[in-house]
Amino acid sequence: MSVDADTVRRIAHLARIAVAEDEVAPLQGELNAILSFVEHLSEVDVTDVAPMTSVTPMRMKERDDVVTDGEIPDAIVGNAPAREGDFFVVPKVIE
Amino acid sequence: MTELTALTLAQARDGLTGKTFSARELTDAHLAAVEQARALNAFVLETPEVARDMAAASDARLAKGEGGPLEGIPLAIKDLFATKDVRTTACSRILENFVPAYESTVTAQLWRDGAVLLGKTNNDEFAMGSSNETSAFGSVVNPWRRENDATKLVPGGSSGGSAAAVAAHLCLGATATDTGGSIRQPAAFTGTVGMKPTYGRCSRWGTVAFASSLDQAGPIARSVRDAAILMRAMSGHDPKDTTSADVLVPDFEAAVGRSIKGMRIGIPKEYRLDGMPAEIEALWHQGGEWLKTAGATLVDVSLPHTRYALPAYYIVAPAEASSNLARYDGVRYGLRVPGRNITEMYEKTRAEGFGKEVRRRVLIGTYVLSAGYYDAYYLRAQKVRTLIKKDFEDCFAAGVDAMLTPATPSAAFGIGEKGKADPVEMYLNDIFTVTVNMAGLPGIAVPAGLDRQGLPLGLQLIGRPFDEETLFSLGQVIEDAAGRFSPQRWWSA
Repeated sequence: MSVDADTVRRIAHLARIAVAEDEVAPLQGELNAILSFVEHLSEVDVTDVAPMTSVTPMRMKERDDVVTDGEIPDAIVGNAPAREGDFFVVPKVIE
Repeated sequence: MTELTALTLAQARDGLTGKTFSARELTDAHLAAVEQARALNAFVLETPEVARDMAAASDARLAKGEGGPLEGIPLAIKDLFATKDVRTTACSRILENFVPAYESTVTAQLWRDGAVLLGKTNNDEFAMGSSNETSAFGSVVNPWRRENDATKLVPGGSSGGSAAAVAAHLCLGATATDTGGSIRQPAAFTGTVGMKPTYGRCSRWGTVAFASSLDQAGPIARSVRDAAILMRAMSGHDPKDTTSADVLVPDFEAAVGRSIKGMRIGIPKEYRLDGMPAEIEALWHQGGEWLKTAGATLVDVSLPHTRYALPAYYIVAPAEASSNLARYDGVRYGLRVPGRNITEMYEKTRAEGFGKEVRRRVLIGTYVLSAGYYDAYYLRAQKVRTLIKKDFEDCFAAGVDAMLTPATPSAAFGIGEKGKADPVEMYLNDIFTVTVNMAGLPGIAVPAGLDRQGLPLGLQLIGRPFDEETLFSLGQVIEDAAGRFSPQRWWSA
């Protein structure tokens, strides 16, 4: 499988990365090089093979449903590019 | 090089407890070495004030006889580990001003044991790379050069800064992370020892995530013993990482020097590649002979799905990366580039914040997870991963204790030499190391010799899950036979 220019634009939008028009063609070439490399996997017979879900056998751990952390708003918003009080500020999202 | 930077970590530890020198003297010697080695670009942040404070505290504890296992030992920390109040960037523009309010579990354990922070080391952006060239801070220069040739070589990646700092004697050891070979490949390129532990051995909490089912922290050091000492401090169960394994942490150092008599070492035939340099082939053979001389038996084994590990990796790792890196959106931390609306803000922020390789991988990951392609790519890759792991399990079940392979398909190459036209050319660097991540196994790279041009080459040992001890025992046999390697110092300011 390979991607065309429109697919590159569509993926970039899904990934929320702006791609300039003159970057589409080079990206298309790079992505297709990678896709043709991973194409080798189609040679493998995977009939009745279970997909890996955990690389080492482990049981899902449980813990008591209690609050173990919190009350640190300054630490949480401390690195925000824009804040007001204890809130993150974003461009208006509701019309 | 002053005497104190010539010591191994184990020797420095003995010198500190024996009061031959102070932690402050040891740290000052290393801080001076760091300062004189700026041409290597191994550090993206030097923290001399923090280091001197920590060393003074170590001296106070040593004086009272309360020193921890790493008391006063100066270390370098890959800039992927969050360090409280110390800038942590993953060497990406998108995190250029990020100052964590918390400490990663791995580094917290090092400080608990008395270690001293010298600074943060350079790496490929978000650990995506095999040459350290994708870093937003620029390339790291390998302290090793070809004989009579001043060409600047890469130190490998992604833990290139850590490997270079250890090789150049700027620190006594360093932390690193390995998703597809990022500890072992730079260790091989710089003549250092690098251990990628079993998945789950070290907590991933507070380490910038790349591909969560593959990422694992580990040490880079100048000797097998030093790596074993650091491993003990870095390992252990952490309730804050659900994939961290609740298993006992052994005294890894006790395994160094232990007899390997009677061990069965697998030599996987699939690691013999067409076009592999004869020197690497010869070194691999030599490594087997060293293990035989020490009492091990060599067994020919087959890992039939080896050639599919790298293609499967380039689906699984970008897929997980695209999901992990979704958090960099310019809202909660990191870079923000304004836009007319929130979508445009996301798109501009991520376009400016991510470098080319990161962008490439996020796009590939987004594609293979997108509607209609998930089964053909991601699901198939996870099935192939099951088969790769089964290859190893079959060998271990047949009585093989560990495998011996080359660490890399070549010695260090020149900056700018690879991957310009085709990203896959760079990816092939990890062909011998990536299987280990796909199967969650421990692997160690140990320097085994120099090539004709005087560059270090490494061998890799792969072990059973949670049996790093066997790898340390085997690694020491190789170190004893091959010796240790240090570059000529040419970089002094």
